[in-house]
Amino acid sequence: MKKPDSLQGTLDLLVLKILSRRPRTHGYGIMAAVKDCSDDLLRVEEGSLYPALYRMEEAGWIRAEWVKKDTGRRARVYDLTAAGKKQLGVEESRWLSASSAINQVLRTV
Amino acid sequence: MSLWSRVANVFHGEKLSSEIAEEIESHIAEAVEQGRDPDEARRALGFDYQLRQQRQASHEIRTVGWLEVLRADIIFGWRQLKRNKVTSAVAILSLALAMGACIGAFRLMDALLWRPLPVAHAERLYALSREVFDLQGKPIRSDRWAYPSFSLMRDAVKDQAELIAVSTASRTDLTYGSDQDMEKANVQYVSGSMFQAFGLQPALGRLLAEDDDRTPGSHPYAVLSYDYWRQRFGKDPRVVGRTMRYGKELYEITGVVNGPFTGTEPGTMTDIFLPVMMHPAVTHSDASWARTLLLVKPETALEPLRQKLSAISRAFEQERAKGFTGADKIFFQKIIDATLLIEPAGAGISSLQEEYRKALGILGVLVAMVLFIACANVANLKMAQSATRSREMALRVAIGAGRGRLVQMLLVENAMLAVLAASLGAVFAWRSAPLVVTMIQSSDTPVRLLLYTNWRVLGFGAGLVFCVLLLFGVLPALRASAVKPVSALKGGDDDPHSRRRLMHGMIAAQVAFCFLVIFMSGLFVRTFESLSNKPLGFSPEKLLLLDVVTQQGQPPVVWDQIADRLQNVPGVERVAIAGWPLLSGFAWNNFVSVGGVPPSTIFTYLLAISPGWSETMKIPLLDGRDFRSGDTTPGEAIVNQTFVKTFFDGKNPIGKTFQERDNHYQVVGLVADAPYGNLRDAIVPVAYIPFHEVNAQGVSQPETQETFLVRTSGSNPLALASVLRKAIPQARAGFRVSNLRTQSDLVRAQTVRERLLAMLAAFFSLVALLLAAIGLYGVLSYSLQQREHEFGIRIAVGAGIGDIAWQATSRVFLMVMTGAVIGGALGIASVRYVETLLYGVRGSDPVMLTGPALVLLAIALLSALPVIARASRIDPKIMLRAE
Repeated sequence: MKKPDSLQGTLDLLVLKILSRRPRTHGYGIMAAVKDCSDDLLRVEEGSLYPALYRMEEAGWIRAEWVKKDTGRRARVYDLTAAGKKQLGVEESRWLSASSAINQVLRTV
Repeated sequence: MSLWSRVANVFHGEKLSSEIAEEIESHIAEAVEQGRDPDEARRALGFDYQLRQQRQASHEIRTVGWLEVLRADIIFGWRQLKRNKVTSAVAILSLALAMGACIGAFRLMDALLWRPLPVAHAERLYALSREVFDLQGKPIRSDRWAYPSFSLMRDAVKDQAELIAVSTASRTDLTYGSDQDMEKANVQYVSGSMFQAFGLQPALGRLLAEDDDRTPGSHPYAVLSYDYWRQRFGKDPRVVGRTMRYGKELYEITGVVNGPFTGTEPGTMTDIFLPVMMHPAVTHSDASWARTLLLVKPETALEPLRQKLSAISRAFEQERAKGFTGADKIFFQKIIDATLLIEPAGAGISSLQEEYRKALGILGVLVAMVLFIACANVANLKMAQSATRSREMALRVAIGAGRGRLVQMLLVENAMLAVLAASLGAVFAWRSAPLVVTMIQSSDTPVRLLLYTNWRVLGFGAGLVFCVLLLFGVLPALRASAVKPVSALKGGDDDPHSRRRLMHGMIAAQVAFCFLVIFMSGLFVRTFESLSNKPLGFSPEKLLLLDVVTQQGQPPVVWDQIADRLQNVPGVERVAIAGWPLLSGFAWNNFVSVGGVPPSTIFTYLLAISPGWSETMKIPLLDGRDFRSGDTTPGEAIVNQTFVKTFFDGKNPIGKTFQERDNHYQVVGLVADAPYGNLRDAIVPVAYIPFHEVNAQGVSQPETQETFLVRTSGSNPLALASVLRKAIPQARAGFRVSNLRTQSDLVRAQTVRERLLAMLAAFFSLVALLLAAIGLYGVLSYSLQQREHEFGIRIAVGAGIGDIAWQATSRVFLMVMTGAVIGGALGIASVRYVETLLYGVRGSDPVMLTGPALVLLAIALLSALPVIARASRIDPKIMLRAE
């Protein structure tokens, strides 16, 4: 089995978490939310956000839908699926075990 | 996203791209609303180049990558095929012809030999036959049984298998009204239990059942096939309860079978099913007419079943043999010692199968060889083409294409070629297979084979495309993709020798197969010639044959009166009467005894005739006299030369006597030999006896059926057909023509199979020759193209035309020789498989072997000529300057 890329995993985790809190968010909204919640400490590269979104959509974790905005422009909003909720749990526990492992290393050395 | 939506995305690429763009635009607008600088937001998404990259990456995620690549390959392949129009057309046409022939042959063989009957459990259906060795030690296979023997066997193995008796389907006269409305239909006697065993359902009324297998002669019921019901009655539901008269018996139609079941004989579609109990010979122990089918119960071992049946059959025949003496007894011991065989019969069982199984098999092999030749041809074409494309391939490799990618690209191109050829070939097969079916029918036995296109044919076609692709596509694709960019881009081919070697090998293979096809077709053409040029001993031209029947039977005097009336019809030269025509397939034989000794073990054939018969047939009377009106059976006889040679040591037979059963005959005349039953067999001893038959008290016996032989003065005997059809009921009420044909038809029918084989084999050898010529020319001109520079130099240093021609063609000629030798060896090795189909020609005949070799050499020379001409025109100045 292919080992999940830790960086990619982080982006997935962030996107999934945000979508679980704020359903029906578009790409820009997700990016802004990451920025806001982390007090400007974390930034998602726009260039990698959209491929990640399509990849997760293809994996069935999130689903997309076009909505009409007041400005008349269409926006694509994303939502978690049941599989996505499960995946969020997996990613969260993976993150926790990884970060505690890193903390332990930092403390020991 | 489902796989399907990703597949769909491949074909909506444009729309998808614009959706992604729209989402990105929406993103930027959002950013601007939040107070960011539009340029900065755009930059954040990446520069223009990156943006496109990103879209590409996003797009690829939303589509199935390989499918899009495939689509691109197909478009590219199509362009390649279109670019080389002539090569592609030649490749597609030759493959189409070969594949079409294969599909056509498969359709025929499937319909006749392999396709399961549309019944339940066809896979458990077997047929019972027995093999006896005749007095000459030749094996004879018989699948007919006397019904009493069948019913003993059926009762004995009830627990292991269901036994079903079926007669052969015969085309006979019957009527739904008066005698004047007689019509023809295929009638088959079957066990009533068959319908239930086969899981058949009525579309109307009731089918026959086990109860209809009880009492001989008392189940006058008929069941129609669906096809017949539709064609004859237009699906009229009131047909149930109607009566039908066949022979002397009246039958009530009880129902119609649902579904496509039309009997158990591929080649003949049964219209009407009658219970076996109504068969005239159902109680006879000495008449073998019923085919025995076994529907074996699941998980029954066949060998114990076979032994059980064998014991019963043997006991039955032994019981019958009691009271036999002499030749009959010896002959009978053979039948008692017969070996019983159980063979699969899921596809039904018919004599057409027996007659054509081998011929079709050989045709199948021939078309397969033509297919090999075509594949080798196309492979060579492709290989030559890949030489010209080696720079393109090198460029592709240089900019990073993997080998697998190149092979895929070329295979897609080749697969398109194969599919196009197969589609064209399917059209060809669709037209040609029914043509063959019409070729194998003779005037009085219509052959009907259902040739529908079903999943079996489609599956075969798909398999064929796959095999063809494997044969012609894979090697050139691997070869072309193995290009070394450095040498190819520098301008030279990387390794022209290995490619040429491969092409030369293909030429040898092609020539070998071609030789074999021509050799075989030579044998079949010669067989057909020797059979059709065989002296007949009688004159079949201008001879019309009328099978005439009368319901009640009339004494010979009445038949003679009708013959006299026909004699007066204008255009009629001579009229005679016989029990049946020569070469009609009817035969009556028995052992005769000469001079009171026990009967000989050689069969004598008998035929009842009227006075004037030999004159009408134009068979010379060699000695003695013709029959007179007072001659009777038993009483007088005329014999042929073979009879005299066999029984009288060639001495003058006139006045001598012989005995057949209890009948005594005195020979009054001697006629020249003429074939009796078929053209292939040696002439048999024949005794012609008067059709005027009397019983022991000297009373004339009534006859229900005779054949009138009418020699006409006009060259087309059929011109008189309608006049004579009317003249017979006018001459005497109650007489009717049931069948009308010419003697020439019967002679032609003797060689139907040989004609079919000869024609098709000749056609395929022409195709094979054409393909071989194209292949040779292609390879020669390719190697010339490759070596033009070399030849230029050779000419510059003084080589003559002869040298150049030799240089350009010698290798290929060597390959042709090699191929011909291999083909000849294959031919000699395989000739014993076709021996039974040959007549008057031997496979080891040197003429048959040198013929194809000469033809191939001529073709090779012919295809080399343009190449040699081109080589001779090479101008060293131009050639060397070009370099």
